[in-house]
Amino acid sequence: MSTATVRQAEPAVSSGQFRRRPVPTSRRLRQLGRHVVLVAICAAFFLPFTIMLLTSFKMPTDIFHVPPRLLPVHWVLSNYRQAFSSMPFGRYLGNSVLLVVLNVGGTLVSCPLVAYALAKLKWPGRGVVFTVVLSAMMLPPQVTMVPVYLIWSKLGLVNTFWPLFAPSFFGTPFFIFLLRQFFRNVPDDILEAARIDGAGEFRTYWQIVLPLAKPALATAAVFQFVWTWTDFVNPLIYIHDNSKFTLSIGLYNFFSEHGVEWGPLMAACGMFTLPAILIFVFAQRYFISGISTTGLK
Amino acid sequence: MATNVRQGAGLGAARRRREALIGLAFASPFLIGIVVFTAGPIIASAYYSLTNFNIFQSPVWVGLGNYRHLFHDDLFYKALWNTGVLMVIGVPVQLALALIVALGLSFQVRGQPLYRALVYLPSVVPMVTATYLWRWLLNSQYGTVNRILGALHLPQPDWMGDPLWTKPAVMLIVFWGIGTTAVIYLAALKQVPRDLYEAAEVDGAGIWWQFRRVTWPMISPVTLFQLIVGLIAALQVFAQPYLLAQQRLNATSGGPDNSLLTYSMYLFQNAFIYLKMGYASAMAWVLFLITLVLTAIVLRSSRRWVHYEE
Repeated sequence: MSTATVRQAEPAVSSGQFRRRPVPTSRRLRQLGRHVVLVAICAAFFLPFTIMLLTSFKMPTDIFHVPPRLLPVHWVLSNYRQAFSSMPFGRYLGNSVLLVVLNVGGTLVSCPLVAYALAKLKWPGRGVVFTVVLSAMMLPPQVTMVPVYLIWSKLGLVNTFWPLFAPSFFGTPFFIFLLRQFFRNVPDDILEAARIDGAGEFRTYWQIVLPLAKPALATAAVFQFVWTWTDFVNPLIYIHDNSKFTLSIGLYNFFSEHGVEWGPLMAACGMFTLPAILIFVFAQRYFISGISTTGLK
Repeated sequence: MATNVRQGAGLGAARRRREALIGLAFASPFLIGIVVFTAGPIIASAYYSLTNFNIFQSPVWVGLGNYRHLFHDDLFYKALWNTGVLMVIGVPVQLALALIVALGLSFQVRGQPLYRALVYLPSVVPMVTATYLWRWLLNSQYGTVNRILGALHLPQPDWMGDPLWTKPAVMLIVFWGIGTTAVIYLAALKQVPRDLYEAAEVDGAGIWWQFRRVTWPMISPVTLFQLIVGLIAALQVFAQPYLLAQQRLNATSGGPDNSLLTYSMYLFQNAFIYLKMGYASAMAWVLFLITLVLTAIVLRSSRRWVHYEE
């Protein structure tokens, strides 16, 4: 629709009220009040991060001190040292990174191809396949979980990385849908011009369409990154060998019969979370656009 | 497209056939994948659900035996109840909180993108980290939450030990991650035409009535979408209760009094710990059926409360 009018429009609550109250001080007060509300909301969301970080720098005596202390008395790095020594952190990290690279690669190879076929090419059954893409997004993964496990088991590939990355090379419905929405907005004239110039269908796709789709591809890539990085269920199902653990299932190492080592666990959690936060900070607009595209049609 | 198609009927047909082949070629990764990883497994799952199957021996046909057994399985009912509680209480509260936060974020203030980013940030945190972190925050003796409650002279529940409080603990973790929902609501709020508010104001509507008469109907399609997505996610909730109940990896703990044993956890246990693949498949089909029925009910009811323009 008309983005110009949308962008000018004032957000819901504030609309039109200041016209009646031209007094600057009351407006400033209102603004201040809004900031107070927003800071309070954000503080609630951010507090857990603060506790994680502070706990990771505390000695056990500080962690379990009564009465509680918010800040560490002695800032120590021993929890981080212990996080590295009490589990093969580097190895788990390497496994997680490898899976992220393979999954993002698979998604970027397969999903745009399929999305392009659904958006711009004419072939029998296109409508049906698009419906299948939509329904596949609704299907509970539990329904296919057992048979898919049995396939990998028959292939002798349980307890390898194959089940954790190979499916991404066949396309993920969510990303196919996202990219299809994007490709639909690419004008047909551009494609027709390329074809008249003698470019084959694949060259048109590779040299014209894909470069145009960089923002949408980036959106798919960052989402796939975070999904793979944070995936818990699939490694839990498929990986049994300690040396093949990803970080998400490796963190259990801090649970022992004696209880939980909270300091090292929080240090490891922090290091595990940091890449996801960094990619969000640097690629925020792709996250937001991805959410609004798929969430709002 | 159609400019030079009609140079001759034969040429047109050839070209159409070429186009069809190219289209199928482009779509082939998905076509292969959907057969191998979805369609085939769906059929296989339906078959396994009618058998006893432990991977090591070939499936033994039992007809509807697994489904009949479900109706006499106390843990199945327990898991259904636990999931139902998390869904019926959790999803509406989740949507309400997300909408309130989105309304706050829609204030026109400086630094709004920063506020939005902070609210969204927990959504990218790995579920494992989020759950372990909340296990620590909710630690009954040393956790921040109980220390705050103590300072306010409020009761300090035993979040992990008291069957009554384990579900609120799961919900707190879920609520921490409502950033995605809030961002979708925020985008919807920005789409509401401003002149509607002006018209409402001319009619003398206050803030509440503006919300009731303008905002709520205008964003109701988004609420419907979020409700369905939320219900489906709640039916499948696994990682948070699993990790809250977890003592060691792969332990089959369902938390105190199995109060954390959700449907997906029980299905997972049957499939991968007890290796009752047939029974787990039957559970998966029942879950699918519940999902379809709930979605259909919500869609049906939506005619009465969802407002579409045009």
